[in-house]
Amino acid sequence: MSTSRLLVSAVGPLVSLQDAGRFGKLRFGVTDAGPMDRLAHAAANLALGNPASATAIEVSMGGITLDCHDAAVTVAVAGGGFTVQHTGRTHADRTHDEWTALTLRPGDRLAVRPGAWGSWAYVAMAGELGAATWLGSTSTHSASGFGGGILTSGHQLDIVDARAAPDREGEIPLPDFARPTGDLRVVMGPQDQHFVDDATAALLSTPYALTAAYDRMGVRLDGPALELRDVLSIPSEPIIRGSVQVAGDGVPTVLLADHQTTGGYPKIATVISADIDAFAQHRPGDTVSFESIDAATAVGIARAAAVRVQDYLTTVASEGRTLTHRLRSSNLISDAGI
Amino acid sequence: MSSSSDTARFVPVGDRGLLVEFASEISSAASAAVLSLDTVLSAAGVAGVEEVVPAMTNVLVLFDPVVTDHAILRADIERLLAAAEEAVPEPQIRRVDVCYDETFGHDLPAVAAACDMSVDAVIAAHLAGDYRVLMYGFAPGYAYLGGVAPSIQVPRKPAAIRGIPAGRVIIAGPQCIVTTFEMPAGWSVIGSSPTPVLDPDADHPFLFDVGDRIVFERIDLATHDRLVEAASETDTAAAHTDEQAESR
Repeated sequence: MSTSRLLVSAVGPLVSLQDAGRFGKLRFGVTDAGPMDRLAHAAANLALGNPASATAIEVSMGGITLDCHDAAVTVAVAGGGFTVQHTGRTHADRTHDEWTALTLRPGDRLAVRPGAWGSWAYVAMAGELGAATWLGSTSTHSASGFGGGILTSGHQLDIVDARAAPDREGEIPLPDFARPTGDLRVVMGPQDQHFVDDATAALLSTPYALTAAYDRMGVRLDGPALELRDVLSIPSEPIIRGSVQVAGDGVPTVLLADHQTTGGYPKIATVISADIDAFAQHRPGDTVSFESIDAATAVGIARAAAVRVQDYLTTVASEGRTLTHRLRSSNLISDAGI
Repeated sequence: MSSSSDTARFVPVGDRGLLVEFASEISSAASAAVLSLDTVLSAAGVAGVEEVVPAMTNVLVLFDPVVTDHAILRADIERLLAAAEEAVPEPQIRRVDVCYDETFGHDLPAVAAACDMSVDAVIAAHLAGDYRVLMYGFAPGYAYLGGVAPSIQVPRKPAAIRGIPAGRVIIAGPQCIVTTFEMPAGWSVIGSSPTPVLDPDADHPFLFDVGDRIVFERIDLATHDRLVEAASETDTAAAHTDEQAESR
């Protein structure tokens, strides 16, 4: 087994290393962190035969360019509609607009840039990406930079036991449910009682736009102000990914992967978990319409989504993913003379 | 504690959370109810419960919606609350060293002036406080300690001050925090502590559990500096161990 090195030759802001997350420590003030789009992160890893939770690069709209050194390694890129440019010494430039796995050889360059849609993409590597852990996880804690860390130009990534895996190359299916839609389902509360009566109606009747105030902690929206009854008397309460928090100015913010664990501003609603990852793939300027559903309906949706996601990830993880390999495996079955 | 069960309010939080709220304002009764539910729920192993997050007046219970739902979990919790006699264990007592030297406690004179007391009286009042860990929040290891004496309760500053370093003892209203990260804060800085509240390389990285009783003990500047020095040497040793582990 060999070690491959990927050198970061160019990178935008907010590009970081993330495993699945740092779980179970909310009670100590430690947020889960992890990928903004957990489905795409898992798909990129599973497409290579990695554990779903392995450390990968989370690429923001700033993009990244990586140069391969020392040994070949197969990489997978999934998430949003990013473009993947593969420049090799032995072949012409290849550009992919689909989620894909490909093998980088020493001297090759990989550039991942925002394409038609999406805010976050993931680059997973066949092998073990060396990354610093903090409190048991390599996910980057944005306030401190602890964990795997934010990538900067010149950063070197070592992939131990790097594998060139031709059988893993090819397109990775993009499921419909990974795409952001204009609808965002929420369960009202837990602090909707702190708002004037018209606030719920305003939230649900008018589309809200994502603003450029968008990072891993959350995204501020633009739309009708949601008026609070009394802001100051609320004790700090737990926050989760998907909380729609309203500050004193009445502007809602949807809190995301790096949210603080508690906050004294009331949460008017909570985005259901089935919608939150695709929501994170929206870009500033996109609009969403909030739709209120009751808690029991939300649980039903979560159960259906769990089955759907598991089926999809099982397909991605199976080696016979590409057309070539599907054909080959069916030939093998005919050869066996069933 | 059937009284908790009677007064608890259950509010869904999306598709995987249930907020159990005991009061709308901070009180010692609400804290006791939070601590009791946290203790019994963490020990009970209720099906589907993934994480229990205690806060000032409420407890957020996160669950796997494939396994349970809001209604089943509510019934489970109501049963636990009804059955719990006096679930709150004896609090652990944690000692935290604090140095009030003006090098660190630069807001001490302002607090003294606001409270119409001498700096020494403010320090004495801070040392005499009866502190309990109410919850963690804001940043990793930021434990909100309730119990600042009424005589030295001062409001937050109008705006947060950037770059309050790790290891500062800060107060606002009835609460006190020993900071673990450099963060902005509008609280008054009254001292510095070399006691590691968050040690990421330890088996138990967080010194406090919610409910612990905290006792501040005064140290002088020389002792403070010696302990800070010792702690940073331990950190360096731990970092080396990490590197060796990674290179294997």
